[in-house]
Amino acid sequence: MLEQYLGLFVRAIFIENMALTFFLGMCTFIAISKKISTAIGLGVAVVVVLGITVPANNLIYTYFLKEGAMTWISADFASVDLSFLTFLAYIGVIAAMVQILEMFLDRFVPALYNALGVFLPLITVNCAILAGSLFMEERDYNFGESVVFGLGAGVGWALAITALAGVREKLKYSDVPEGLRGLGVTFICVGLLSLCFMSFGGIDI
Amino acid sequence: MASAKEVLVDPIFNNNPIALQVLGICSALAVTVQMSTTLVMCLAVIFVTTMSSFLVSIVRNFIPTNIRIIVQMTIIASLVILVDQVLQAVAYDISKSLSVFVGLIITNCIVMGRAEAFAMQNPPLLSAIDGFGNAVGYSLILILVAFIREPLGSGTLLGYEIMPLVANGGWYQPNGMMLLAPSAFFIIAGLIWALRSWKTEQVEAPEYQIAPNAQYREAL
Repeated sequence: MLEQYLGLFVRAIFIENMALTFFLGMCTFIAISKKISTAIGLGVAVVVVLGITVPANNLIYTYFLKEGAMTWISADFASVDLSFLTFLAYIGVIAAMVQILEMFLDRFVPALYNALGVFLPLITVNCAILAGSLFMEERDYNFGESVVFGLGAGVGWALAITALAGVREKLKYSDVPEGLRGLGVTFICVGLLSLCFMSFGGIDI
Repeated sequence: MASAKEVLVDPIFNNNPIALQVLGICSALAVTVQMSTTLVMCLAVIFVTTMSSFLVSIVRNFIPTNIRIIVQMTIIASLVILVDQVLQAVAYDISKSLSVFVGLIITNCIVMGRAEAFAMQNPPLLSAIDGFGNAVGYSLILILVAFIREPLGSGTLLGYEIMPLVANGGWYQPNGMMLLAPSAFFIIAGLIWALRSWKTEQVEAPEYQIAPNAQYREAL
């Protein structure tokens, strides 16, 4: 049981890394990876939001949206299938969670709020967050698995953006061909990072 | 106020969403392994972006600023649900191979970005044209990437064999890396390089100027 969770966690971080194998959350990934400190801040925010939204969406999916999910209310609902509403429900949960988290941090942890402030609203439109919930649905994770998967995917994304920020901080001082400067060379670095992460492919616990 | 033609043509080369604005890279790259999935994805994005810009622009004067993101999200998500349902009904195989990426059009930054940056300030028709232009600029890059990846990676284009594989008695040994994630990054980097060599005003200013070398005479 525990081994299975550990395996899922490691797989979500290294083998099925959100940023480097599925290209998710790329826009923020590239836009906000110029400095290590901001990259870590954003990474932490993503871990928190993914860790909350994936299990929350899992509950909503299992108890409301899946075909025959609402039988716990009344047996009449056995034939109701609301799974076409998943996108709307997930994005609603994510937007609401981010808003609540923002207000909570503002009230109780102002230091963290000031550090994350700008990034929190951005997280709503980060594809990695929505993808976490969609993968959870597609792969049929149960509640426990979805907690582990959400956290693992978040940690993997945070790791990737921190690594890229480290590379870019050094890259600033190098002499890059004109057309590649900035965006182009960043893409190449991401490609190389992604190649590196592929070497984790064989890991199986 | 920009003319309709400028709004339509500008995003294709001069202000390309992927190559310059860094928008919408997220859900896009993973679908470019095959031409057929790419084309479907492009059509879906063109439809969603055009319609969402149009609809957001219609209601733009009634949305309170505080909850505008949620209103935009709802509009976009409803359109994506429509696309997803149609795809499942009409092209089930392609819908399966696109898996979660249809849903991810919701968080595709282009859709959101155009709604927020353009449609909130401009009349409906112009916004629709702007959304269309941006989606076409995005599709262009996507199709180019798929056009490189599919033939080199599996010797086919749209599923038809154009370079006979060694495995089938032909001469072409497929390049396996083209099927993997990193190749897309390298191809996009190359496309950006090509575009910026052509349109030199898009080159970014260096963040750090390296001092010129000292003259060797001074060093001596």
